[in-house]
Amino acid sequence: MIVAEGKPLEEVYALIAEAKKVLVVGCGGCVTVCLAGGEKEVGLLAASLRMKRKLADRPLETVEVTLTRQCDPEYVEQLDRYVTEEIDAIVSLACGVGVQFLAERYPKWVVPALNTKFAGGTLAPGRWEERCGLCGECILHRTGGICPIIRCAKSILNGPCGGSQNGKCEVNKEIDCAWQLIYDRMRLLGRLDDLLTIEPAKDWSKAKDGGLRKVLREEAILA
Amino acid sequence: MSGPTTESKLEKLLREGKFVVTAEIGPPKHASAEGIRRHAALLKDWVDAVNITDNQTAIVRLSSLAAGVHCLQMGVEPILQMTVRDRNRIALQSDLLGAYSLGIRNVLCLSGDHQSFGNHPTARNVFDIDSIQLIAMVKKMRDEKQFLCGEEIKEHEPRFFIGAVANPFADPFEFRVLRLEKKINAGAQFIQTQCIFDLERFDRWMAMVRERGLHKRAAILAGVTPLKSVGAARYMQQAVSGMIVPDDLIARLKKAADAKAEGVEICVEQIKYLRTVEGVAGIHIMAVMWEEIVPTILEKAGLRSRT
Amino acid sequence: MTAFEPKIVAFCCYYCAYAAADLAGSMRLAYPPNIRLVEMPCSGKADARVILKAFEEGADGVYVAGCLEGDCHFLKGNLRAKKRVAALKKRLAEIGLEPERLEMFNLSGSMGPRFAEIAREMTERIRALGPSPLNRGRSPAGTAQEG
Repeated sequence: MIVAEGKPLEEVYALIAEAKKVLVVGCGGCVTVCLAGGEKEVGLLAASLRMKRKLADRPLETVEVTLTRQCDPEYVEQLDRYVTEEIDAIVSLACGVGVQFLAERYPKWVVPALNTKFAGGTLAPGRWEERCGLCGECILHRTGGICPIIRCAKSILNGPCGGSQNGKCEVNKEIDCAWQLIYDRMRLLGRLDDLLTIEPAKDWSKAKDGGLRKVLREEAILA
Repeated sequence: MSGPTTESKLEKLLREGKFVVTAEIGPPKHASAEGIRRHAALLKDWVDAVNITDNQTAIVRLSSLAAGVHCLQMGVEPILQMTVRDRNRIALQSDLLGAYSLGIRNVLCLSGDHQSFGNHPTARNVFDIDSIQLIAMVKKMRDEKQFLCGEEIKEHEPRFFIGAVANPFADPFEFRVLRLEKKINAGAQFIQTQCIFDLERFDRWMAMVRERGLHKRAAILAGVTPLKSVGAARYMQQAVSGMIVPDDLIARLKKAADAKAEGVEICVEQIKYLRTVEGVAGIHIMAVMWEEIVPTILEKAGLRSRT
Repeated sequence: MTAFEPKIVAFCCYYCAYAAADLAGSMRLAYPPNIRLVEMPCSGKADARVILKAFEEGADGVYVAGCLEGDCHFLKGNLRAKKRVAALKKRLAEIGLEPERLEMFNLSGSMGPRFAEIAREMTERIRALGPSPLNRGRSPAGTAQEG
């Protein structure tokens, strides 16, 4: 899932300083799972903003809606009846994709309430960690199922670098060295020899470096 | 040592079987070459080549390419350190062409310290290719006369003597020698190691190197660093990544009446020992912020002046 | 000038604090009338939104009372409540309210006197803090509030 976390209240507060009435929109997808932007967070943020504004003697009116997903037009459309004339701003509690989908549909001041962090998973309730670098050409079968592109701070494809000590990354002792993990895993699988093959320079044109990426699935396209 | 010969004097000496000495110069955090020239003059008669670090510990410094040229002008052969942290394959190849055109003949390929250690921790890193891919790229330009993309270098291909680094003190220990082998397979011809303080661990590593015959395929230069004070030793032990500084070494510095003299003494002992280790083809002295001590250490270690 | 009488909402777990309140009543222990009890199936059921809502709707103080740690009927409900209250205190500060207006207490059903003590403690604390800044318009400082 896409993992996000809320921006500080002060920051969101400042983003809608001019607004009298805002639409606070949650997303029922990834950000609900990572407790950043679901229905509950919408309620907390809206109430917090209202109270903070009241303390400043500039009351704020909020309308709270949580969509199934903000990254799909068929759900975004459901917002139409809430986006009325008097809505001065839309606060989106989605990842960057949702914020943009709202901004693309409505000629309104749309602001992000979250910082989109990474593509990752849940380690334990309340703990999420990055797993995928979205490089566009998966090599996990060559690295024992551990991604060096995103889990190694230097994205080294022929690791580990000289900074790996006691299984930890030189950047932060809280981070496991991805290449130590790869080494351990390949040894477990009896495939250490695979690591002697020199991994060639990666084709980054398949990653974000190649410009905006699209995926087409012919049989799903009707129009 | 594999690979065709280049114009590198360092390579020539190693091929002749001479025990070589290299040292390190860290370029300054300003735009004057005066210090580089002074250090080059100081080291000129004592070392065979000088490494020029590339924004070491990710701190902005005068470029290694420019500093290398200053060394050349002083009559010292530079080893251009090149990290893949700050430049992509386009910039790296461009700088290789430029460095060669200016007379630089040795290049040392590294990953580079992560930018979070330096003075611009908010910088974006590059890491388009890794150090092993950089080695392979320098070799491809030289031996296949091709750019990384496969396009032909029609004339004047850069012909570098290719170096790499190895850290016997990083983990997983058992894989360090295999990774060294990968570097040699990629084209590395000389290897400079991380500073050695833990001789016992270095011995175990060298035994594995010899077992796989790697010392015959590449020249291994053992890295040493003189410790100036107890504080410096502690810093190395705790703050420098991929380093092992044994506690008894720190205790020895602490006990000494003159820590500086003791630091020199320890370094001299290390060099004398390392010279006896089979497969060690030379010494690489990294006297960080203490370059002026290098001649003293070499003299005491019995590595006579080059003149 | 009439003294300020705080309005305090107490979210009380049915298995402990709520029973303790009953016991305090049976024991004829006096505790301040400022406390409005809300019976909860577990302190862990106290929703962060509802706690904020209490402040928004005029509470000068709020507390959550759950079972002694280790004694939760639902095993970890009171521990969840503790963490939630800690997080909400930070949020209150961000909003501009004193975090001390919110607290978490632990007690058992047999601790009637302790229940009364907590009620007094919280009332005194909020009285010292004064009315919630959100209630300034509603009740000017120094004026008694309608119960």
